[in-house]
Formats: sequence, structure tokens, C-alpha cells
Amino acid sequence: MMETPALPVPEARSPIPASLRGIFPVLVALPVLALFQWLLSESPFAVYLLSVMGVNIILAVSLNIVNGMTGQFSIGHAGFMAVGAYISGVLSLNLKEVALSFLPVAASDQVLFTVALLVGGLAAAACGFLVGLPSLRLRGDYLAIVTLGFGEIIRVVVQNTDAFGRALGLSGIPQYSSPYMVYFWVFLVVLVARRIAGSSHGRSLWAIREDEVAAEAMGVDTTGYKVRSFVISSFFAGIAGGLFAHFVPIINPGSFTFVKSMEIVVMVVLGGLGSTTGAIVAAIFLTLLPEGLRSLFNALGTEGTLAQKVDQIRMPIYGLMLVALMLSRPQGLFGMREIWDVLPRWIPRRRRGLS
Amino acid sequence: MAQLLQHLINGLAAGTIYALVALGYTMVYGVLKLINFAHGDVMMVGVYMGYATAFVLGREARSSLLGVALIFAVAMLGCALLGFLIERFAYRPLREKPRLTALITAIGISFALSYGFQLDIGFLPGASPRAFPEVIEPTEWLIIGDRDVVVWNWQVISFLIAVALMVGLQYLVFRTRFGRAMRAVSWDHRVAALMGIPTDRVIALTFMLGSALAAGAGLLYAIKDTSVSPLMGLYVGLKAFVAAVIGGIGHVPGAVVGALVLGLVEEFVVGYAASTWRDAVAFGFLILVLLVKPGGLFGRVAAEKV
Repeated sequence: MMETPALPVPEARSPIPASLRGIFPVLVALPVLALFQWLLSESPFAVYLLSVMGVNIILAVSLNIVNGMTGQFSIGHAGFMAVGAYISGVLSLNLKEVALSFLPVAASDQVLFTVALLVGGLAAAACGFLVGLPSLRLRGDYLAIVTLGFGEIIRVVVQNTDAFGRALGLSGIPQYSSPYMVYFWVFLVVLVARRIAGSSHGRSLWAIREDEVAAEAMGVDTTGYKVRSFVISSFFAGIAGGLFAHFVPIINPGSFTFVKSMEIVVMVVLGGLGSTTGAIVAAIFLTLLPEGLRSLFNALGTEGTLAQKVDQIRMPIYGLMLVALMLSRPQGLFGMREIWDVLPRWIPRRRRGLS
Repeated sequence: MAQLLQHLINGLAAGTIYALVALGYTMVYGVLKLINFAHGDVMMVGVYMGYATAFVLGREARSSLLGVALIFAVAMLGCALLGFLIERFAYRPLREKPRLTALITAIGISFALSYGFQLDIGFLPGASPRAFPEVIEPTEWLIIGDRDVVVWNWQVISFLIAVALMVGLQYLVFRTRFGRAMRAVSWDHRVAALMGIPTDRVIALTFMLGSALAAGAGLLYAIKDTSVSPLMGLYVGLKAFVAAVIGGIGHVPGAVVGALVLGLVEEFVVGYAASTWRDAVAFGFLILVLLVKPGGLFGRVAAEKV
């Protein structure tokens, strides 16, 4: 039997010799890891900031699956984060004394932590299903309102339940989380998002985003795909919440308000609806920006007033930023492209293909 | 029995206020097919305008009939102007863009208003709630038994104002030339434009009307609550939206009925179950309605036209 001749693959023009290309990721990763190690040993604040950044990346990338790829609009991501945080936090609190005898203590802690994370993520996913099913059967903007309302319900439930510490919040959750764990989950969520974007599942999501009626006419089960992407997204939001709960000293309803949801929405919109790397870049930028401004104002010595107000001022600015973005550049920084599509010419690109 | 009657009265009083706000949502949705997220926050801005007016008028003048009328007039006109500006500079440029962009813009405006008003820079009032002056001296009008059932004068007044505004709106939409234009734009704004209807002007006027209604409702709410805070728009606005969806969004009498139902349900849950759950009731109810009757009580789920 004759083999069909393979299509000629265009040679990627690259200044780096092919023999070196294989170890390229390692060359990049080594200094990054070294930097990581150095930062972590330097200050606990760096550990905290790095963890917060990772959690924000998970939130932004997962929200992008719903808001960017599927073209629905959820503005209650913090609600799912809260579900994950509280469920896994309560679980860890109750399993504090338990140790798996066949494992060393540190390993047993991490196993329990992973279990708690997964339970929290699944609880958030279940909530996502519960909220998504009725609202995603209707036109997309119902989802916005219902997710917003869901965040409120979560807040009220937490404030009325003794097990969740009411308005005071939960403290004393064992601090199992580490930047390594956080960035492992960052890796996982990015992998999942990129695989979805490149698969036929992702094609269906793009189709729904572009024209729901046409997608349905083409035989795409629109409700099914919408609900599935919503459930995946809420699962990772729950994981992010669980990670968050295990490195901050206390979680209370104030950590998961509408403000947090809006912060994530701004990250996704700024990065470009549908761009995973855009969401990552925007999440990093928006996590570091307030810190940078704060230290800038402190350095300028404006009697600390401006530095204190950074947190206050950034909220209305987020709102105005959304409006300005929609009016001037509705596709965000990267649009639907990924970062390697917009990099300057001399950097070797990934071949354009699927995703 | 007396308790039931009292809850019924309180629920209806709350419902009429939600109804006025819900009308704004439903009208804007009718002409633009856009959920105007910023509606509640426009209402909040109106209440602050009324608050400032009452402050300027002073204790004597604001309690007179003329003073109250002036407070309402300033708030409603101011809000109409704000609504006009928002429509002109934020929504109109996006009218032919994908619906998602307009929705994001609306959310952005809502966020900018509700959190912008929490700053304490310049004229902005700051985050803490303020006491709204008692422009209508609260007195008990109708008392049955030994204070078993109490009707406050502001309940009656706000009920009357709300009903008057609703009747006026019904007249405007179904009996006037402008109302006919509005209904035509709601049906199909491209065809309406071909028929010579100035769609831009009709949409702008609808926005202004809805915003003015919201300001009036917000003032009634503030008088009832005797407080005003930057986040009131978010909560009242959300509940009014829920009311509009329950009634079938885009349906004017439906919004009123939905709001009354929501007011009653909330009042009964607070009265008979637990008052701390009040804020969760509306959304639980919303999800329930969407599950059982997604088009709302009066609306129908229309097939999307291509």
C-alpha cells in the first residue's frame, strides 16, 4: 500500500539551531526557578504576593473559559471561589489532627490538602451546575444577574452558618499552601484551557460565542456546552479559593465580594476575551499594579494618604477602565490571539494551526 | 391575623418602590434589549441629589409641600440628565456592536458609580451610610386594634405616588404618539427608523424617563429607610431587576406585578422565617422562576430571530 505523501510542513525560520531548540524551555525555566527560590528565601511577603498572583491567574484563566471562549458573561466568580475556600477550609480544619500513618507528616498534610482542594472544587462545580442550568438555557445576560445574585446568596449563607464562622470568618486553617502547589494548579488550569481551545469542544464554544443561533443550527448542543464550560470554570474557581484559604491567616465573607468578581472580570476583559495568555498577563499586571503604586507613593512620601487610598481608588478605576476598553478597544490587549501571535517578528513563533 | 395584615401592608409598600425601579429596567430592555446594569446606581445618584437639595433647603423648607416637590424635581431631572449622558456616550456608540460589549460597559458604569461614590474626595460622599432627613414627618394614620396593624403616612404617600406614576406611564406608552414610537422601536428599531421614527431620540427619551422614575423610587426608598448609602443602588437595583424578570422582562404591567410579588415574598420570609436571610430571598426566588417559568409570569420565551 502506498503511503499518501505528507503535506510539506513549512520550515519554521528561527535563529536558534534545531539542536538547541529542545533544551530551550529548560534554559528559560532554570533562571526563573532560581529567581523563585531567591525571592522565596528573601521575604514572606514575596511568597504571599506570588501566591496571590497564582490564585488570580487561576481565577482569570478559568473565568476566561466562560466569558471569553463561550461568550457568556459571569460576574460572580468570587462566589465560586468562596464555596471552594470555605468547603476546603472547613475540611482542613476538621482534619487538622488527622495524619496518614503510612506517610511522613509533610506528605500526609499535602495529601489531605489535595483532597480538601478537590472536594472544594467539586462543591464549587456543583454550585456552578445548579446556577448555570437555569440561566444558561436562556439568553446569556441572565447569567450575569444570576451569578451576581449567587455571590450574594453565598455571602448570606456564610453569615448565617456557625460552621463557617459567620461574619467573623474562619481562622486557624492549617497553612498547607505553598507557591509550588499554587503554580502546579496554574499549570493545570492553563493546560486545560489550552486543550479546550484546541479541541473540537473548544470549536463548539467559539461557535456559540460568535453566533449562538448559527451554532445551534449546525447541531451544536448549545446548552450542554455552555453548562459544561461553566462547570469547568467554577471547579477551578473553587480550587483557587481552596488554595487561597490555605495561605491567608483568615477568610471572611469580605474576601469574596462583588469587588473580587469584578477584579477577575477586568483581568479577563483587559487581557482579551478568549486569550488564555492575555488573561495571565493581565492577572500578573493587575496583581502587581496596586503594590507598585503603593510603594511608589510611599517612596514619594505623600504622608501615606495616597498609598492608603490605592485600594479605594482602584475600584472606580476598574469600572471606568471597562467602559474605556469597550469604547476604544473591545477586544482587549490580545483579542482572541495568544501572546506568541503578537510577539515581535524576531522571536521564534509557534506555527499557526489549531488554537 | 393582624400580623398577616401588617405584613401584607409592609410588603405592598416595599413592592411599589421596587415596581418603580423595575419599570425603568423593563422599558430600557424593551427598546434596546439591553439590561441596563447601571440603573440602580443612577437611582443612588438621584437619591444623593435629593439629599443635597434637602440639605441646602434646610430643616424648615424641606418639610413643606413645595420643598418635597423641589427635592423630587431636582433628583428626577438630574437623573434624567445623567441617564441621557450615559446613553449618549456609553451605550449609543456600541449599539451595533456585539451585545456583550454593551453589557460589559453597563457593568463598568455601575461599578464606577457605586464605588466612585464611596471615595471621600471632593464632593463625593464617602462609604458610610448617611441619615436621610425626614422630609415627610412619619405619622401613623390607620391603627387597628391596640397598634396591631399600623399604616404609616409615608407608606400611603409612596403607594399613591407609585400608582400615579404607573398610570401616567401606561398612558404615555399606549395613548401618546411618543409611546407609539417607543413600541415601534421596541418591536424592531431598524424598521422603525425606516418608517421615519427618530430612533436615537426615542431611545434617549426612554432612558431619561426610566432614570427619572428610578430617582423618584429611590427617594421613596430613602424616606422609608431614612438612610442613603453608595451601595443602595446595587441592592435595590438587583431586586428590582429580579422583579422585572419575574414579571417577564419588557412587559410593563408584568414588572409591577412581579415587584409586588417580590415585595410580599420578601416581607413574609422576613416576618415568619428569618430576617437575616432577606437579601438571599430575591435571588433564590429568581433562580426558582427561571427554572419553572423562564419567560417570567407574563412574558414568553420568544424564538430568537436571525
